[in-house]
Amino acid sequence: MALAIAEAQFHVLAVDDSLPDRKLIERLLKTSSFQVTTVDSGTKALEFLGLHGEDASISVHADHLDVEVNVNLIITDYCMPGMTGYDLLKKIKESSSLRDIPVVIMSSENIPSRINRCLEEGANEFFLKPVRLSDMSKLKPHIMKSRCKEHYHQEEEDDLLSNSDSNTSSNPTNNSSGTDTISNPTNNSSDTTDNSSGDSSSARKRKAEAGKDEISPKTSRPRHS
Amino acid sequence: MEAKMQLNTLMANMFATGLLDDQFRQLQILHEGSSPDFITEIITLFCMEGEGIINDLAKLLNKPFVDFNKVDTLLYRLQGSSATVGAQRVKDTCIQFHKFCQDNTRYGCLDTLDVVRNDFYDLRSKFQIMVQLEQQVWTFYRKH
Repeated sequence: MALAIAEAQFHVLAVDDSLPDRKLIERLLKTSSFQVTTVDSGTKALEFLGLHGEDASISVHADHLDVEVNVNLIITDYCMPGMTGYDLLKKIKESSSLRDIPVVIMSSENIPSRINRCLEEGANEFFLKPVRLSDMSKLKPHIMKSRCKEHYHQEEEDDLLSNSDSNTSSNPTNNSSGTDTISNPTNNSSDTTDNSSGDSSSARKRKAEAGKDEISPKTSRPRHS
Repeated sequence: MEAKMQLNTLMANMFATGLLDDQFRQLQILHEGSSPDFITEIITLFCMEGEGIINDLAKLLNKPFVDFNKVDTLLYRLQGSSATVGAQRVKDTCIQFHKFCQDNTRYGCLDTLDVVRNDFYDLRSKFQIMVQLEQQVWTFYRKH
């Protein structure tokens, strides 16, 4: 049995308009040691992620904010009223701050053209519903891959910035969503845990002081379930 | 323990008659080891959502002009959540229902709606008994 190391867990945002389905995916994720937030629509998902219908390349610089929405993976139902899972996927991939977050699509229908469309748009994985516990093991590899990509991008930016003047008071590369209120998703379980995990992954942390490197992602790994 | 025996019999019956399928067993696996309320919560949500959908289906089908697209969308929701909780019979009836929807046959739909309603309420009442028995069993084992 793994030691109870006080590491932050990976945080998954689950999107599904169906109540029982949300309950199931939440349970599957929690059983697999993920921190979970569930929302019932694509619109609420975007709000939670910090996109308010605008391009999220407008980052929020607010050092007094101690809340950072760190989402390591998004799993969404395909068929939802209003904004479908596909629409949500597109919005995420169009956003400079969110596009590196892996996205998994779920659907009760096994339609190859639908699956291909999603994969072409950048979805990392497709699950047929009802989702099973065994599907959960497919999530971490996507998260780890995106963290490596993230780290690589961060290093590149650091190189660029360190070549410029030493003014680092504002960090144009901060892509963490600056929502100062975490909208409580419409969710029956009062069990949705807090969303600010100490371990940043897809969200990039600001540089602290001039000259001091505070680069994420941290090298700590979550314990495997 | 009486309640445990009754519960086992009930569950065996629900599986044997095709009311529940293997997905429900998956839920039972997830249920184990922690929060005792997972199964209760998910089937309660299913029942709440299901009842609402069935009522809405009735309203839509009783309109002078039936919007079969809306009917189908609702049906898809019910079918999906039935699949999620392992409600096999309700799910299969939804599949039948969907065919009538595609053919735009109101009376076929209305007849199948009756079947769905019966299947759903049959399942719901058995779920309610199941939850009560579970509660008794749990209370018993807590004391002993």
